[in-house]
Amino acid sequence: MALLQLSEPGQSTAPHQHRLAAGIDLGTTNSLVATVRSGKAITLPDSEGRHLLPSVVRYTEQDAIVGHAAKAAAATDPLNTIVSAKRLIGRGVDELKSLGNRLPYEFRQGETAVPRIHTVSRDVSAVEVSAEILKALARRAQESLDGELEGVVITVPAYFDDAQRQATKDAAKLAGLRVLRLLNEPTAAAVAYGLDSESDGIHAIYDLGGGTFDISILRLNRGVFEVLATGGDSALGGDDFDRLVAEWMMQQAGIRDDADHAMLRRLMREACDAKEALTDAESTTVRLELEDGSHWQGELSREQFNALVDPLIRNTLGPCRRALRDAGLRPDEIRDVVMVGGSTRVPRVRQRVGEFFTTEPLVELDPDRVVAIGAAIQADILVGNKPDEEMLLLDVNPLSLGIETMGGLVEKIIPRNTTIPVARAQEFTTFKDGQTAMAIHVLQGERELISDCRSLARFELRGIPPMVAGAARIKVTFSVDADGLLGVEAEEESTGVKASIEVKPSYGLTDNEIEGMLRDSIDHAADDMAVRRLREQQVEAQRVIEALKGALTDDGDELLDADERQQVSLALSRLEEVAQGEDSQRIKDQIEALEKACEFYVERRMNANVRKAMSGHSVEDFE
Amino acid sequence: MLDFSKNYFELFGLPVGYILDGDQLAERFRELQRVVHPDRYANASDQERRLSMQGATLINEAFQTLKDPIRRAHYLLSLHGIDTDVEKETTRDTAFLMGQLELREQLEAARHKADPYAAIDELVTDINQRITSLVGQMALQFETATPEQLEAAREILRKMQFLQKFISDSEELEAELDELL
Repeated sequence: MALLQLSEPGQSTAPHQHRLAAGIDLGTTNSLVATVRSGKAITLPDSEGRHLLPSVVRYTEQDAIVGHAAKAAAATDPLNTIVSAKRLIGRGVDELKSLGNRLPYEFRQGETAVPRIHTVSRDVSAVEVSAEILKALARRAQESLDGELEGVVITVPAYFDDAQRQATKDAAKLAGLRVLRLLNEPTAAAVAYGLDSESDGIHAIYDLGGGTFDISILRLNRGVFEVLATGGDSALGGDDFDRLVAEWMMQQAGIRDDADHAMLRRLMREACDAKEALTDAESTTVRLELEDGSHWQGELSREQFNALVDPLIRNTLGPCRRALRDAGLRPDEIRDVVMVGGSTRVPRVRQRVGEFFTTEPLVELDPDRVVAIGAAIQADILVGNKPDEEMLLLDVNPLSLGIETMGGLVEKIIPRNTTIPVARAQEFTTFKDGQTAMAIHVLQGERELISDCRSLARFELRGIPPMVAGAARIKVTFSVDADGLLGVEAEEESTGVKASIEVKPSYGLTDNEIEGMLRDSIDHAADDMAVRRLREQQVEAQRVIEALKGALTDDGDELLDADERQQVSLALSRLEEVAQGEDSQRIKDQIEALEKACEFYVERRMNANVRKAMSGHSVEDFE
Repeated sequence: MLDFSKNYFELFGLPVGYILDGDQLAERFRELQRVVHPDRYANASDQERRLSMQGATLINEAFQTLKDPIRRAHYLLSLHGIDTDVEKETTRDTAFLMGQLELREQLEAARHKADPYAAIDELVTDINQRITSLVGQMALQFETATPEQLEAAREILRKMQFLQKFISDSEELEAELDELL
């Protein structure tokens, strides 16, 4: 295989060249991809000019079809057409049942807790379905940008727990994408509006989509975003508006409740068109072909429409009020309200939300695209296209993390809304004489009882030397990285016995499973895992080489003496040489060797940066 | 990377002491995160990403510690070689303890008031004033930090913890009341 990575645009070794990155809004109903082009963030359309990609995947015996074509088949082939995979991701079968979703799918339990949906193609997990959507969006971006993406930012709801975040990241891995960061959707919307600069204060993000409603209260303090409260209703959205209009039409036209499916579909479509028409018009004409072939025609004014949907809008204000109370705020303390989601186009929604928060809502950006646009802006910064960018998003973990203690209670180790990354340790002890093992049960949630919290993982610390009860000192350390993903480590301090896990949540996939899925997935059927691995190593090598060369140009002369510089250069040229070859293991080893050789330099650079940042107001000498 | 042996004050280039300028601390915090945070290394090598993660974690922890008057007192005492064990220590000031008992009873009674939120609010405001006054006393002890003053600081810290616990309990009561709505 040719070294196609090395010769393609956007992959050049020249430092500070524009790198290709994208922001992806992986939505429940629709998904979008956006990128920054000539300094402006735009969403990318498909070849037919459509920006929204329905988040629907239809599995046939040969293929996985994504988007509009799959959505069109949802009614005729419901069992093989997966809609709203986002509602399923990172969840177990039991949880899906309790979600109360009337899902038509046939669930199968695999070897692990991850539920799979039976289709004519094979049994697929929500992670794989999401991966298909991500692949379709990445393909769109790569065709439009004419090059490989170096990385993506994917948005997730602020309330997503560890399992759901991890599963989203797994989907990206499966799609062959490098995730620069998982970003909270409301934060992305705020970034899109440029609220990072000189907009200190409290902002509300009102997100009314097709089938879900979310409200988030964010505090912004000089580029530091803090999620103060979130709330919503996972079964309330624009589709409900359509349903009410359709019911009104049935009443007016004298259509019976037991009308056939074709009739109901026509009704819903007409209702949706009427709703959209009323965004600009004061009144609209609705027409319907009845079952007897005759036509009915009626007039719906905006006033009538408003009266119909007012109860639904009121239902969104309840969660707003609750979220404000959680945050300890009054509506008039909100500085801006950002409108997200197609349903916020409805003028009545804007009006009522504006009245509630006593401020004119921000509607300048397309509410369907605002999240993707924010993600693209952040992706552009993270990939390194804006080295002088001042903005820094310091997100928080949305839910408290803790472990089970005696009596089925949860002891919180990291409270919610702690700025990430964060690491916290807590000491525990044995409660029986001679106890040599300790079970550690990791939970997420705000409540005291374990039964009210989400179980994330269980693991065991073994090999504790026998001691009297209470003598062992077991330190459990939780760490949450910048994506909000958790790692847990336990150590008996007097002996140093350790157990650690990267929390692969109870409903997560193992690395083996992901590899298996890669092998299964249709796109890679003809592909060879070895080829894929080689490609990955080559890309990684290229990234390391590029980063190091850039660093040497910036401050190599300043921070390294001649000997050190030679040492680094030597390891660098070795990697460059090996990276031309086709032995993925050798490339991997050489990357490690290079990183080892450069360790002192990397540390020196970071220290130099810190020193630069702190220079001028230091009470003592930094070294 | 970051010199992990530095104390939190040195990390932010601030003088070691109980009184500190919150705005200045927040400013230094942001400046440091701007060069160390993982977002600055999203496209760097694994090694740099690891270092950046460790550094950002330390800076976050240092900031949270210094920002909070109770955690800051703990930390300062530990720098003076006094490790206070939160769980096991309690004040022996009987007048203070009696006062606490009374406050607890008032909190319990608030639950049954016509407007329990307002009653809780009033109590919390009162407690916050007490904490503020203790913060002032604490600052005095650390000015010269003689062994006697450090011992006094420790006693003030015990009281602060009591009051802090009261505030978190009243928040829990509010959450409990929310559930009943």
